[in-house]
Amino acid sequence: MIRFIAARLVKSVFILLAILVLNFLLIHAAPGDPAAVMAGEAGATDAKFLADLRERFGLDRPLHVQLWTYLADAVRLDLGFSYRQQMPVASLIWDRLPATLLLTGTAFVLSLVLGVMAGVAAAARQGSWRDSAISTLALLFYATPLFWVALMASLVFSVWLGWLPAFGYETIGGGYTGLARAADIGAHLVLPATTLGLFFMAVYMRMTRASMLEVSRLDFVKTARAKGLRRGVIQRRHILRNALLPVITLAGLQAGQIFGGAILTETVFAWPGIGRLMFEAIAQRDYNVILGVFFVSAAMVLLFNLITDILYVVVDPRIRLTGGTA
Amino acid sequence: MKSFWRRYSGNPGAVVGLVILVVVFLVAVTAPLLFPQSPWQMVQRPFLPPLTDAAFPLGTDALGRDVLAGLAHGAWVSLAVGLVSTVVALAIGVPVGALAGYFGGWVDDALMRFTEFFQTIPSFALAIVLLAIFQPTLAFVIVAIAIVSWPPVARLVRGEVLSLRTREFVEAAVLSGQSSLTIILRQVLPNALPPIIVLASLMVATAVLLESSLSFLGLGDPNVMSWGYMIGAARTVIRTAWWLSFLPGMAIVLTVLALNLIGEGLNDALNPRLRRRPE
Amino acid sequence: MSLLRVENLSIALPKGADRPFAAEDVGFDLAPGEILCIVGESGSGKSMSANAIMGLLPEGLDVVSGRILFDGGDILTRTEGGLMDLRGARIAMIFQEPLSALNPLMRVGAQIAEVFEAHGVLRPAERRTRALELLREVGLPDPEQAIRAYPFQLSGGQRQRGMSAMALALEPEILIADEPTTALDVTTQAQILELIEELRRRRGMAVIFITHDFGVVADIADRVVVMQTGRIVEEGLAEEVLHRPRHPYTRALIDAIPRLSRAGEPSEAAGETILKVEGLSKTFGGGGRLFGASRVVHAVQGASFELRAGETIGIVGESGSGKSTLGRCIVRLTTPTAGRVLLGGDDIAHLSGAALKASRRRIQMIFQDPFSSLNPRARVGRILTEGMIAYGTPHIAARTRAAELLELVGLDASAMERFPHEFSGGQRQRIGIARALALEPAIIVADEAVSALDVQVQAQVLALLADLKARLDLSMLFITHDLRVASAICDRIIVMQRGRIVEMGPAARILRDPETEYAQSLLDAIPGRDHERARAAL
Repeated sequence: MIRFIAARLVKSVFILLAILVLNFLLIHAAPGDPAAVMAGEAGATDAKFLADLRERFGLDRPLHVQLWTYLADAVRLDLGFSYRQQMPVASLIWDRLPATLLLTGTAFVLSLVLGVMAGVAAAARQGSWRDSAISTLALLFYATPLFWVALMASLVFSVWLGWLPAFGYETIGGGYTGLARAADIGAHLVLPATTLGLFFMAVYMRMTRASMLEVSRLDFVKTARAKGLRRGVIQRRHILRNALLPVITLAGLQAGQIFGGAILTETVFAWPGIGRLMFEAIAQRDYNVILGVFFVSAAMVLLFNLITDILYVVVDPRIRLTGGTA
Repeated sequence: MKSFWRRYSGNPGAVVGLVILVVVFLVAVTAPLLFPQSPWQMVQRPFLPPLTDAAFPLGTDALGRDVLAGLAHGAWVSLAVGLVSTVVALAIGVPVGALAGYFGGWVDDALMRFTEFFQTIPSFALAIVLLAIFQPTLAFVIVAIAIVSWPPVARLVRGEVLSLRTREFVEAAVLSGQSSLTIILRQVLPNALPPIIVLASLMVATAVLLESSLSFLGLGDPNVMSWGYMIGAARTVIRTAWWLSFLPGMAIVLTVLALNLIGEGLNDALNPRLRRRPE
Repeated sequence: MSLLRVENLSIALPKGADRPFAAEDVGFDLAPGEILCIVGESGSGKSMSANAIMGLLPEGLDVVSGRILFDGGDILTRTEGGLMDLRGARIAMIFQEPLSALNPLMRVGAQIAEVFEAHGVLRPAERRTRALELLREVGLPDPEQAIRAYPFQLSGGQRQRGMSAMALALEPEILIADEPTTALDVTTQAQILELIEELRRRRGMAVIFITHDFGVVADIADRVVVMQTGRIVEEGLAEEVLHRPRHPYTRALIDAIPRLSRAGEPSEAAGETILKVEGLSKTFGGGGRLFGASRVVHAVQGASFELRAGETIGIVGESGSGKSTLGRCIVRLTTPTAGRVLLGGDDIAHLSGAALKASRRRIQMIFQDPFSSLNPRARVGRILTEGMIAYGTPHIAARTRAAELLELVGLDASAMERFPHEFSGGQRQRIGIARALALEPAIIVADEAVSALDVQVQAQVLALLADLKARLDLSMLFITHDLRVASAICDRIIVMQRGRIVEMGPAARILRDPETEYAQSLLDAIPGRDHERARAAL
C-alpha cells in the first residue's frame, strides 16, 4: 500500500514538472516577445522596461537555460511577478487560495454525498416514480451551464427573494468575529457552493445509479440473496460498497472540473478566490497570473486525486494487499 | 438498421431530444436567411422587453440588438463548435487509444502517461490559458476545446481495443497474415464503434457547454455572436433585464439536454444487453 | 416420503426468446439424504428449475404454473420474507463460478458469519468460532488464514470450499449445487465431489446437483433427471439410466461421451519430423513497466518435442500448466522468451516481417470459443477470404475456395452471405475450422477447440477433425484439459504441469499406465471412470 501511494506521489511530481514545462513553452509560443507577454499589454510598452525584463529573466540566454531557471524558480514557489498588480504571483494566489479551497471543498463533499445518496435511492427502486424523478432532475442539472445556474440562483434567491447574499465572501464592514463571522461566511457560501455542486451531483448520481444496477446483476449478489439476507443489508454491504469503486475513480477525475467550474462560480458571485483572480487576469491579459493559477489548480487537482487514490485503496483490498498499480 | 431505429424510438426521451436538436439545427442553418442583418447591429431602442414589438418578438439587449437574431446566429456557433471540436477530438483520441491498446507495452505506457497528463490538468483552465495566450478565433476555440476533450476518447478506445485485442477473431486475423493496420481498421475498430458513437454524442454536449462558458468569460471569437457571450454581456444588467440572461441560457439547456437524451437513446440502441451470448 | 416435491412447474421466458418456456411441466421428488442429479445440455432449463426452488429466478422469468412442496407448504406461495427464512437456513445453494459468487471486498470469514447474522443465530463472537469450524470441516488446509482471506487470495478449489462452508452454516436440509465443479480443474473437481458426497453422508443432507456431465452423474448421483429443451425426458435411478437409458436423447448423450479406452496405437503413417520445438520457455512480467515491477510468471519452461507428419499430439494439463501458452508460442501469437520452433528450416520464434508471414501460413489455429472467434461484424465470406487475400489470392478465386471449404466442413456455401450470429455454436466452430484450412496449412494447432461445446456437438466436431486430418494429411497439436477428448483424437500425449512437460508418450500407454504420479492423478480424477470400467467389463 505504501509502495502504491509512493508511486502515485512520484507520478504527481512528474506531472507538476510537465505542467511547468508546458507553461514555459506556452509563454514562448505566444505571439510576440516573451517579455511583452510577461509584462502584460498595457503600461509595459516602454522599451527600457522591456529591456530590464529581458535582462532579469535572461531572455537573451539559450532556451534550455531559461527553462532551467524557470523550473528552479517554480520549485522555490516563485511563480513570477504580476506587473499589473505589482505583486508576486505566488502571494496573490496564496491570499486567495483559502477561499477557493473552502468553496471547492464544500461543493465537492456536498455533490459527492448528495449525488451518491440520490443514486442509491434511484437504483434501489429502479423504474419507480422516485427513480424517474431523480434521474430527470440529474439529467437537467447535467445539461445546465454552471455560470447560468449561478446567475439565475443569485437573481432568484438574492435579488428577488432577498434570502441570501448575492456576492462576496463576507459582509464588508460587518465587523463579525468568531462564530458570527463563520455564520456570515456560511451564508455567503450557500449559493456559490450549491450552484457549483449541482452539475457534479448529477454526475455522481448517474454514475452511482448505473454502477449499483451493474453490480446488482453480479453473481455474489445472488449468493447474498441465497443466504437469506435482507434487501437492505444486501444493498448496503454487498452492492453499494462494490458500486462505489468506479464512483471514487470518477470523483478523482472530476476534481479538475470542479476547479474549472470555480472560475465561473467565483466570477459570478465575486468570490475572492483564485478563480476570480484568473478572470480578472484574463481581462487584463496578465499572463503570469493566468499561468500561475493554472499551475496551482493543477497541483490542487493532484492533491484531490491522491486523496481519492488513498480512499480507493482503503476500500479495495485487492490493491491494498498486492501493492498492484491497477 | 431497422432494429436500431426500433430500439432508439423505444426511448421516448431520445425521440424528444432528436426533435429538439433538429429544430435547433434548422434554426442554425436558416439563421443567415431569416436574419440576414448582422446580429451585432442596433435595430431598436435598448432594453426593449420581449413580446412588445412584433418585429422583435424577444426584444433587444443593452445595445439595442435583436435578441432573437442573436439566438439564431448563436445556435449556428454552438452546433458548429460542438460538432467540429468533437470530430477533432476523435481524430486525436481514437488513434492514440487504438495504438496504445493494440500494441501495449511501452507504446501503451508512453501514450497513456501522455493522456493521463492531459486528463489530470484541469481542462477548463487549460482551455482558458490557451485562448488567453493565442488569438481567440472561432477555429482556435474549436482547437482548444478539442485539445482538452480528447483524453476520455483515448481511454475509452484503449479499453475497448485492449479487450478486443485478446478476442480470438483478432488473433485469427494475426495468424492469417493481415497487417496490424488492417487488423485495427477492419477487425478491431468496427467492433469498438458503438461506445465511441455514444461518447461522441455526449462530447458534443460537453463542447457546447464549454464553448458557452468560454465566451461567457469573454474568451470567444469577438466577431461571432454566441449564447455564452450574450449571457456574459447581460450579466451586469441582470437586475433590470433578467430575460437577457435567461433566454440564451434556456437555449443552451435545451440543446445540451437534447444531445444528452440522444446519447442515452444511442446507448440503449447500440449496446443492448440482449446482445450477450445466449446461455 | 419425499422432502421436496416439484409438481408441474412451468417457467415462462420473456417474449421474443426462442421458445415460450425455460422449463415446462417439470416434476420430481427429492428424498431426505439423497443426491439427485439434474442433467442436460446448455439451455435445457436445468438451472432455472433449481433456481425456482430458492425463489431466485432472474428478472424477466416467472413461474406460471406448478407447485414446489416443502415443509407442508408450497414455496411458490411464500412471501419474500418467508423465502428469506428458507434461504440459507433450510435450503442452501452453491454456484458455478466461486470467484464471482463471492463478494470481492469482504473477507471469507465475514461472508460466512453473515449467514448466522441473516437468521439471527449465535452471538457475534460465537459466529467466528463456528465459521472456523466450518472451514475446517470443508477441508481448507489453514482455516485460521482462510477466515481472514479475501476471495482473490484463494485458489478456485479453496473458494468453492469456502462457498460450501457458507452453504452448510445452518445445516440446511437441502443443498442445491448449480454446476459447482464446471469451472474447476479435474483434480479439484474430484475433491469437491468427494466433499459433497461426504457431507451428505455425515449430515444426512439432500443434494440437488445440476450438471451437464454424465461422468459426474456416474460418480455421485443416486437418482437422475434428464432434461432437454425445458422438459424432463427421463428420470430414474442413476444405475438404471446410465446402463439402460430408455429415451433416445439420453442414449445419444451418453454415447457421445468419448471413451478413454478408445485410444488406439500411434498411427503407423507418422512420417518425418515436420515441427521441432527446442527448449521453449516463456516468462511473463518482470520489469518493463514505468512504475512498479509486476510479478514474474514462468508459464512455459524448457519444452522440447517433435511433431511428425500426419500425427496428432495432445497437450494436456490443468489450468495454469502452460499448455495454452505453449500453443500460442508455437504459432507465434506470443513470442517465446527462449528456445526455438523449427518449421521446415525456419525458426518461427525468431522470424519477423515478410519471413514470418511466409512461414505462418503453414501453421494455423482453431480457437476455443465459437462466440468470440468470429468477427461479429463480418460476413462468413469475408472471414474466410481475408487470409487468402492477405497472401495475394485474387478475390474471385478466394471466394470460390471459401465455398469449397464450407462444403468441406459440412456447411452450405450459402453461409458466405450470413453473419456469425446466425449460426449455432457447432456451426461456428466449423466455420473456424474452415478459416484455419483456408491457407492450406501443414499443421493445425487446436486450443481447447471442443471444450465450449455440448457433448453431442463435441463428438461431431471431433469426428470432423479426424476426418479432415486423414483427408488433407494434416498434423495436429491438440491442446485440451479433457483427457477423454484427448483419447478420442490423439496419437501421442504430452502432459504438462506448472509450465513443464512431465510426461510424453503414446496416448494408449499414457491413458492406461502413466509413468508419473501427476498423470495418474489426472486420470484418477476423471469423473465416471468406475462406471466406464464396469460398462467395459459387461
